[in-house]
Amino acid sequence: MRSLRKFVLAALISAAPLAACDRTAEHAKANASAKVGGPFQLVDQNGRAVTEKDLLGKPTAIFFGFTFCPEVCPTTLTEMTGWLRDLGPDADKLNVVFVSVDPERDTPEQLKLYLSNFDHRIRGLTGTTAQTDAAAKAYRVYHRKVPIEGGEYTVDHSSAVYLFDAKGQFVEPIGYGSPPERGLAQLKALLKG
Amino acid sequence: MKTLFLPILAIGALAGAAQAAPPVRVAAKVAVEGAWCRAAPKGAPAGGCYLTLTAVAADQLVSVETPAAARAEIHTMSMDGGVMRMRKLSEGLALPAGQAVALKPGAEHLMVIGPKIDLVAGASVPLTLRFKFAPPVAINVPVKAVGGK
Repeated sequence: MRSLRKFVLAALISAAPLAACDRTAEHAKANASAKVGGPFQLVDQNGRAVTEKDLLGKPTAIFFGFTFCPEVCPTTLTEMTGWLRDLGPDADKLNVVFVSVDPERDTPEQLKLYLSNFDHRIRGLTGTTAQTDAAAKAYRVYHRKVPIEGGEYTVDHSSAVYLFDAKGQFVEPIGYGSPPERGLAQLKALLKG
Repeated sequence: MKTLFLPILAIGALAGAAQAAPPVRVAAKVAVEGAWCRAAPKGAPAGGCYLTLTAVAADQLVSVETPAAARAEIHTMSMDGGVMRMRKLSEGLALPAGQAVALKPGAEHLMVIGPKIDLVAGASVPLTLRFKFAPPVAINVPVKAVGGK
């Protein structure tokens, strides 16, 4: 089931990492991965401008969420914090990026406070609504703002962590809810290149 | 509908008489088990609480109150094709007779919005659960670290 879910998820973002030894699949993967990820202009939790170019040179784990999210985002951030701890010194060779899909509420200050609970190497990115929309679109991340009766709103969003190599090529997702040790193994494989 | 209620407790009343316009009836308390709130990151605008409810007769959890937050709501969450969706259950949550209904991570949960206390392990969140028929239940819910069950 796990591999099926991974397949479905990967297929969803139009890049199914199948039989790596198969040339056709390799070729398809290369084509597909060109479509995931792209240009963005955001600011981090310290107010510094960040673009996709800043992520080149190191492999990247990037995921999208928002601080009003009661479960998925804190869970992912907690797991990621554990993975970075388990990676030891190698964790420094990885970009880890959390992009807000709720820029109205997630100001750089809010991201800074929220991320202070987690590994300090996790960078939080936000911007104007247009900027975060563009980033989500570039990364093929579904998100939609949904009003909650009573004035608040929530944001439906894709919950996977997307892994990219040092050249910015999409490798594979870590599906939400997959066993934590699997996520750690995927990060180790990513760092091996 | 008479199965909805325990026998009348009013003095002098006979139990079990099905009346069209019954006098005041007192429903049995809803059992609450395994309640916990998830520790929330500092600066989190909301937190989740989970518990298992068992109503003696068919009932409905209609609202939740807490002095520890701006408000509390009954929400559901689903993961569909990797997309997280959260919704408020404005109708509340149905509690079929005698059936344990679990509010748990990844599904129905109580959302504590605008916490006024730090939702850290060791803290506790006072919640009052209100039902359609059964009397309200006031509980003190322990906060547990993520992954704590």
